[in-house]
Amino acid sequence: MSEKRKYMTEPRESATFDRSTMSEIRRAADTGIYDIRGAGAKRKLPHFDDLLFLGASMSRYPLEGYREKCNTSVTLGNRFAKNPIELEIPVTIAGMSFGALSAYAKEALGRGASAVGTSTTTGDGGMTPEERGQSTKLVYQYLPSRYGMNPDDLRKADAIEVVLGQGAKPGGGGMLLGQKITDRVAQMRTLPKGVDQRSACRHPDWTGPDDLEIKIKELREITDWQVPIYIKVGATRTYYDVKLAVKAGADVIVVDGMQGGTAATQDVFIEHVGIPTMAAIPQAVQALQEMGMHRKVQLIVSGGIRNGADVAKCMALGADAVAIGTAAMVALGDNDPKWEEEYQKLGSTAGSYDDWHEGRDPAGISTQDPELMKRFDPIEGGRRLANYLRVLTLEAQTLARACGKNDLRNLEPEDLVALTVESAAMARVPLAGTSWIPGQQPF
Amino acid sequence: MSTNNLAETTAIETVAGVGTVDLAKSTVRDLNQALHDQHDEMNIQEWEVLNPKGHHNIAVGIDQKLKIDIRGPAGYYCAGMNKEAEVTIHGHTGQGVAENMMSGLVRVKGNASSAAAATAHGGLLVIEGDAGSRCGISMKGVDILVKGSVGHMSCFMGQAGVLAVCGDAGEALGDSLYEAHIYVKGSVKSLGADCIEKEMRAEHIEELTELFERAGVTDQDPRDFTRYGSARQLYTFKVDNAGAY
Repeated sequence: MSEKRKYMTEPRESATFDRSTMSEIRRAADTGIYDIRGAGAKRKLPHFDDLLFLGASMSRYPLEGYREKCNTSVTLGNRFAKNPIELEIPVTIAGMSFGALSAYAKEALGRGASAVGTSTTTGDGGMTPEERGQSTKLVYQYLPSRYGMNPDDLRKADAIEVVLGQGAKPGGGGMLLGQKITDRVAQMRTLPKGVDQRSACRHPDWTGPDDLEIKIKELREITDWQVPIYIKVGATRTYYDVKLAVKAGADVIVVDGMQGGTAATQDVFIEHVGIPTMAAIPQAVQALQEMGMHRKVQLIVSGGIRNGADVAKCMALGADAVAIGTAAMVALGDNDPKWEEEYQKLGSTAGSYDDWHEGRDPAGISTQDPELMKRFDPIEGGRRLANYLRVLTLEAQTLARACGKNDLRNLEPEDLVALTVESAAMARVPLAGTSWIPGQQPF
Repeated sequence: MSTNNLAETTAIETVAGVGTVDLAKSTVRDLNQALHDQHDEMNIQEWEVLNPKGHHNIAVGIDQKLKIDIRGPAGYYCAGMNKEAEVTIHGHTGQGVAENMMSGLVRVKGNASSAAAATAHGGLLVIEGDAGSRCGISMKGVDILVKGSVGHMSCFMGQAGVLAVCGDAGEALGDSLYEAHIYVKGSVKSLGADCIEKEMRAEHIEELTELFERAGVTDQDPRDFTRYGSARQLYTFKVDNAGAY
């Protein structure tokens, strides 16, 4: 070793200008355009891993793990609808469009969800026969673009979800780039083939909650008050948004945190707009409780749900159900290491691939390429999703029984503690080993 | 005077085969349910709505060849998502008239508020007065004829269909236009992003002539109109166009 090298320090990477940041600067300088990608926020955020359950011991009485019942069913939409949705498990499939996903992938979501008695959700671009045919409970999204929107499909739906925003891009519209606007997608959306589709961020025929109340009544009139109407918001000013959604007449409110995924939008949007899912739930629950509507207007939470612990923690914080999107795609086979060689060719790696908008998904899920689509078997995909949903449910039940609860919805904030000060403040549960809830009471 | 079965609960009367619903006595729910029930029964094809008085959501979600006359002003979303029916509003109408219409004919004898025929996929909307802002926003195949003028941002993101304006158009006409055809007889305050004036060729004269015939308009000459359409420069994102977004 030379004398010079002997006294050199190891190269030190900047925490501010890390490799990812510098590569983005180079990419921006090369192209002059912002980065577009799919998925949700990738930055480290306060999340459900920062919460722990207080299992029963002397002061609480646990339920027998394998013998005593723990109910998982939930009824959604019994505020006004004649036919509320009855779910066997409180885990639903979030809206993902045909266009963003292949028809086979949508079919698989329907197969998997139906096998375990839960619902799927359409997405921008309308309802496909494959999806309706395989989904015993299908929620029809009513989006600003109204692509493929028609009253016949509206009446075929088991519920209607009025989408005001999503967690990945609150305040932004959808995006589907030209590579995925095939003949069928173009026909369904009344667009020229191959254009970069930019959905509107606001609904075209109403502004504000007073208008929305009238719009919701229109949807109820058209469907003869048969089906529940959800309102979906991206998590930002959740307390106020939930209050206004209740006032506007929602049966169910869906709150999507910033970890929630998207098919495509600007990276800067995904990483810098919205609040974490965990921070949104207490705001939503507070709003519902203050209006005397908690459990009367059901709350579905989405954004970063990965396992049964996340499900149980959402429900302990006051949600009635959760929705999964990214995790469902992974269960189907997206980002599977078996496609590593091809992910590498796309400049990515299994587990990090998020260029879903490019339509070159090696797993054949987020694509409209006929050859890539053939790689994906909707029957096998549906089986995998059903398995995954069963595991989420079993895990949530395990934790609920340990807390002495015979119904997942009996979980409560008192069953939780937080590992960090910020998660305690956001989730409004005590810091572990203390009775301190930052922001709620002095230390 | 005869009374059908619905009359027992909803005060709906039939006179000479015309169903009459008086919204001073019945609710909009009663009205819409009676109209929807025609899907199965189809025993009353002509309807008259009295005392609409600006009620919202009148005659929404109709999917049969009914003829409906609304005798007075209607509120938001009148004839929303209409399929096949012929609806005439004998007065002004609120926001979103004939929104997302699929087929049929909606005629407004007065003025229409904003977002007329928003996202509509088919059918024909005739507005005999003026239309507010965003007339034909995100239209997807509907034909719209406005005998008066239209407000700002009309035909925003128009995808398909025809918007013909016999009067003037406000600011940002046809912003971010896809393939909808726009014809304006009067002045245009300004064009939106990617919307340009285009040559009026024989097929466009024919298209307008046919539209006037369907709308029952006899006092307009298609040759007096100017055509506007998409420059198609924003169809795919190019950094050179960043200033236009």
